[in-house]
Amino acid sequence: MKMTPIILSSLLLWTSVLSAETVFVTLEKDNAIAVVDPVAGKLLKTVKIGQRPRGIQLSPDQQTLYIATSDDDTVLEVDANSLAIKGRLPSGEDPETFAINSLGTHMYVSNEDDNQVTVIDLVKKQAIHQVTVGVEPEGIAVSPDNQWIVSASETTNMVHWIEAKTNQIKENTLVDPRPRALSFTADGQQLWVTSEIEGSLMIIDVASKQIIKRVHFSVPGVGQEKIQPVGVVVDDKRQWAYVALGPANRVVVVNAQTYEVEKYLLVGARVWNLAFSPKQERLYTTNGVSHDISIIDLAEHKVTKSIAVGRYPWGLAVKP
Amino acid sequence: MRIFHYWFALWGIVFRELFRFIKQKERFLSALVRPLVWLFVFAAGFRAALGIAIIPPYETYILYEVYITPGLIGMIQLFNGMQSSLSMVYDREMGSMRILLVSPLPRWFLLVAKLLAGVFVSILQVYVFLGIAWFYEIQAPLEGYLWLLPALVLSGLMLGALGLLLSSFIKQLENFAGVMNFVIFPMFFMSTALYPLWKLQESSVWLYKLAEYNPFSRAVELIRFALYGQFNQEAFLYTSVTFTLFLILAIIGYNPSKGMMKRKGR
Repeated sequence: MKMTPIILSSLLLWTSVLSAETVFVTLEKDNAIAVVDPVAGKLLKTVKIGQRPRGIQLSPDQQTLYIATSDDDTVLEVDANSLAIKGRLPSGEDPETFAINSLGTHMYVSNEDDNQVTVIDLVKKQAIHQVTVGVEPEGIAVSPDNQWIVSASETTNMVHWIEAKTNQIKENTLVDPRPRALSFTADGQQLWVTSEIEGSLMIIDVASKQIIKRVHFSVPGVGQEKIQPVGVVVDDKRQWAYVALGPANRVVVVNAQTYEVEKYLLVGARVWNLAFSPKQERLYTTNGVSHDISIIDLAEHKVTKSIAVGRYPWGLAVKP
Repeated sequence: MRIFHYWFALWGIVFRELFRFIKQKERFLSALVRPLVWLFVFAAGFRAALGIAIIPPYETYILYEVYITPGLIGMIQLFNGMQSSLSMVYDREMGSMRILLVSPLPRWFLLVAKLLAGVFVSILQVYVFLGIAWFYEIQAPLEGYLWLLPALVLSGLMLGALGLLLSSFIKQLENFAGVMNFVIFPMFFMSTALYPLWKLQESSVWLYKLAEYNPFSRAVELIRFALYGQFNQEAFLYTSVTFTLFLILAIIGYNPSKGMMKRKGR
């Protein structure tokens, strides 16, 4: 029984109206997406969507949700308001993750089994190109200026720099074993990459395409073998970066200026992917094995709540 | 008797207890060091011991240090309740109790005043402990520290009343030390102070049952919920009932014509 009086609940209601947002979470084993109100801390509903949904992203105009349903070999176009399926994109086989340019005109899909990146024209809804990359491509990102598409090959241990204009690989950067996720800083000057096996975070200078810093992690009371960095995000001010440490069940807060580890935050089991709230006040994490998402208050760097969402939550998208 | 007399007597007893506590520096230090050792040494080794279940009042995953903190607050109050009662045995041996008991105020009032004095001292200890824990990143919501106060009064009264009851049975200081070992440790270990009920249930059903009905568990849960701004009604009722029961028995125990004192011929 809460002791918080009516004033507090009214205040909560007021703030929830002010900053209402919806979090969509793909549930790999439930073949569904969970719809969560993170401010109220509630799972609103679960909607069946397709076989093995994983990668999920909102279109720049925030009207369409793109969801990679890996076992259906497609990327779904879903109405972000009604959640009705509007179309299916020719993603190639086993799409897992993808990235969309900021104009909303092109999508780049990692086809892990085919060692390819499929380029989709979102206006024509056609696959227009396939770029052969290293073995098992997974993490993929588009630079803020839409000039580069970077793809991380898990087995080749490389980041491939694909020029958007020509859809050709222009450069490769050798990185630590099993690179998983990558994220550009908002200013486009740096690319942050995680290595699952090495347990490291690499910061790559975009101009030189060279690694300028490696960060290693050590969580008190947790074996080093459990530290497997996956999702990584950097805030717009490039003040803080956040890395999901997989089976270590922690999100690490890294000072994005000094590259020093600030704090380890305990979240659910096998934390996987991360997403900011629209104003970057909160960070959401998918915790694959504990079947929930955690909410981190970024002003205080505290985990405020974990919400059960369904089996094997994988990716998330946040709609303002 | 006017209300002033009652107030004056209460103030005298509380002040005496506080004065004694402050004067006995080693008591103050040990009251703090004990839970801090548990927090920094014992809990540090069990960081991942709780697994991954989320239990109320917590809304997300917590480290073991965070879980154990309300249990250690309970431990402070348990020790304090027992030590405060221990001083009753001492007072009786030294003869200073006679001065207290010949006061024209009713005996129940003197005993309750003695209890309140002990609770007041334990609350001071608890907030100092929480202040140190804050810097160890064990931080509850700020409102929780306020809600904690009434919970501490009730749990402190209950544990103090238990100590008082026990002290009414005891003739000599040496015997009380034995009772402390037979009461404090079983109460503390067979409770939710160190492990949640679901964890105890996994290892032993009878241990789970003992912990569930252990008044100390309920006091700890009352503290735990209050610290997170929540009210645990069940724990509140259970603690209130056990407090009343212990207090009535202690008052009977300290009545020269009915209680244990008569039996002991004192």
